[in-house]
Amino acid sequence: MNMERNDTPERADHRVIYEAIPPESRVLDLGCGTGELLSHLVRGKHARVQGIEMDGRSVYECVKKGLSVFQGDIETGLTEYPDGAFDDVILNQCLQEVRKVDFVIAESLRVGKRVIVGFPNFAYFRARIMLGLGGRSPVTASLPYLWYDTPNVRFLSIRDFRIFCLDKGLHVLTSHFIGANGPVTFWPNLFALNAVFVLAKRKEGK
Amino acid sequence: MVSTALKKNNFQNDIGTVETKYYTFAHPPNELVLECGERLGPITLAYETYGRLDARRSNAILILHALSGDAHAAGVHGEDGATGWWEEMIGPGKGFDTNKYFVICSNIIGGCKGSTGPAAINPTTGRPYALGFPFITIADMVNTQRRLIDHLGIDRLLCVAGGSMGGMQVLQWAASYPERVRAAIPIATALKHSPQQIAFNEVVRQSIMADPAWRKGDYYDHGQPEKGLAVARMIGHITFMSDRSMEEKFSRRLKNGVFSFNFDADFEVEGYLRYRGANFVKRFDANSYLYITKAMDYLDLSAGRLIRQDKLIATRFLVISFSSDWLYPSYQSQEIVRELKGRQVDVAYCELKSTYGHDAFLVETAEQTELIRNFLRVTQQGYHSWPGRGTTVGGFA
Repeated sequence: MNMERNDTPERADHRVIYEAIPPESRVLDLGCGTGELLSHLVRGKHARVQGIEMDGRSVYECVKKGLSVFQGDIETGLTEYPDGAFDDVILNQCLQEVRKVDFVIAESLRVGKRVIVGFPNFAYFRARIMLGLGGRSPVTASLPYLWYDTPNVRFLSIRDFRIFCLDKGLHVLTSHFIGANGPVTFWPNLFALNAVFVLAKRKEGK
Repeated sequence: MVSTALKKNNFQNDIGTVETKYYTFAHPPNELVLECGERLGPITLAYETYGRLDARRSNAILILHALSGDAHAAGVHGEDGATGWWEEMIGPGKGFDTNKYFVICSNIIGGCKGSTGPAAINPTTGRPYALGFPFITIADMVNTQRRLIDHLGIDRLLCVAGGSMGGMQVLQWAASYPERVRAAIPIATALKHSPQQIAFNEVVRQSIMADPAWRKGDYYDHGQPEKGLAVARMIGHITFMSDRSMEEKFSRRLKNGVFSFNFDADFEVEGYLRYRGANFVKRFDANSYLYITKAMDYLDLSAGRLIRQDKLIATRFLVISFSSDWLYPSYQSQEIVRELKGRQVDVAYCELKSTYGHDAFLVETAEQTELIRNFLRVTQQGYHSWPGRGTTVGGFA
């Protein structure tokens, strides 16, 4: 019955987020897909979770698992929640599909104490080679789509996101970088496929 | 009896023979005070139960029915062999699994299926209440059901579930007695009727009251206002289907292949509605239809009335709607979700694809079963009951 030990997620980005969330946290996962990460959080961390997902079929899969998930889009999905309704708001692998990025992050920080943002790094070295030398739109493990069928509308690098956080006065609590073979500590903007940032509001002023 | 016994042996998914039970309370001078201010008593509620209450009395599920439903939700009645209205959803191994849960289905006051309503005898006059019956609300229905649950010795229900007006009662249960409800499943329902829904109900009521046989409700010595009630039910049936389901069921097919050139039922859809209308007058009291539709129109749990501002409730919600339901459209279920979000209540919501219109909640049982089974399991046992990947928890699979 040693489920906590057995229950760490398989996906590297899920593992990083899972580790970043304290036990019994109130978690909102925006764009929760079929609820894999949420499943791990309720089992291993006894988190109280809520998910919002755009795709109807994925919502059905979540609800079938008994998860509290409903259909909605990320940009309008937060409005009704009161301030501080959650401890952690997860925005994993969905920011690149959102148009009003700063609004979504501001809203997430309103309803949550912390916001965990995970996104694919557009400046990964293979992407640079494909664009710079090959002259083609990059297709990588974390950005697997061809230009004509991608759901992504934002293409950002780790450096872009750091500058964004500075500009918007967001407090980066921790940041994690994931490459093809595990964590990346050296030159992440070049060698990381995915990044996970844990954000909080600045204490004073903005 | 032989046939039901055989059925029981052949199909392990069947509950078998069941009986409607009755609970009478609120005897004078301790009548129940209704929302309208009047007092009513004694009150009888018809109900049925399936499965067994566990030792901790923690596995009880209350099922609530729609406008014309009754307490007979599942199993077979010995005398006439009638099966329950939610037979596909309630039974051993079904969505509401009677091997695990103690399932109660309660009738409503104002109805005519064994509970106190306008057709019941008023003890002070010795005659049917008729329009002397006080106006009842969804909250009154729930208050009487709460008395039934007390009577059954159940402190906290594992779940309250129901579709359409049953869903309205579910919402009212959560509003009135959140501490007594661990989980709520409102299906194809609304926090309040829209003007369109009120309009349909008003046409329904007018068609009954326009029938001279209605006699201002005092028809019990003469027989039902059959024509008016039949038309009322025909209107209902139109709103329960969808454009698509009517096309699939009837298209423009003719009953006799040729036009009659008179006002007989030429089209199959006409024949269907007439048949449904004619059948309905045999089983439902016209005054009950008036009172109950009014109760539905009065409900309004919007604008913070579902869950009070000063309350944080632990009730979990599973909200279900159907894509082709234009009588209780999905936007009304989404309004329920929005109310719950504002009160930080755990909520799962799924719009299921269906072409059956409002009838879908009775017909589309396969997907509902999947959703409800796991929702109930997590409510009862927590997430650790999952037969999930990579865990050693297999006992509940």
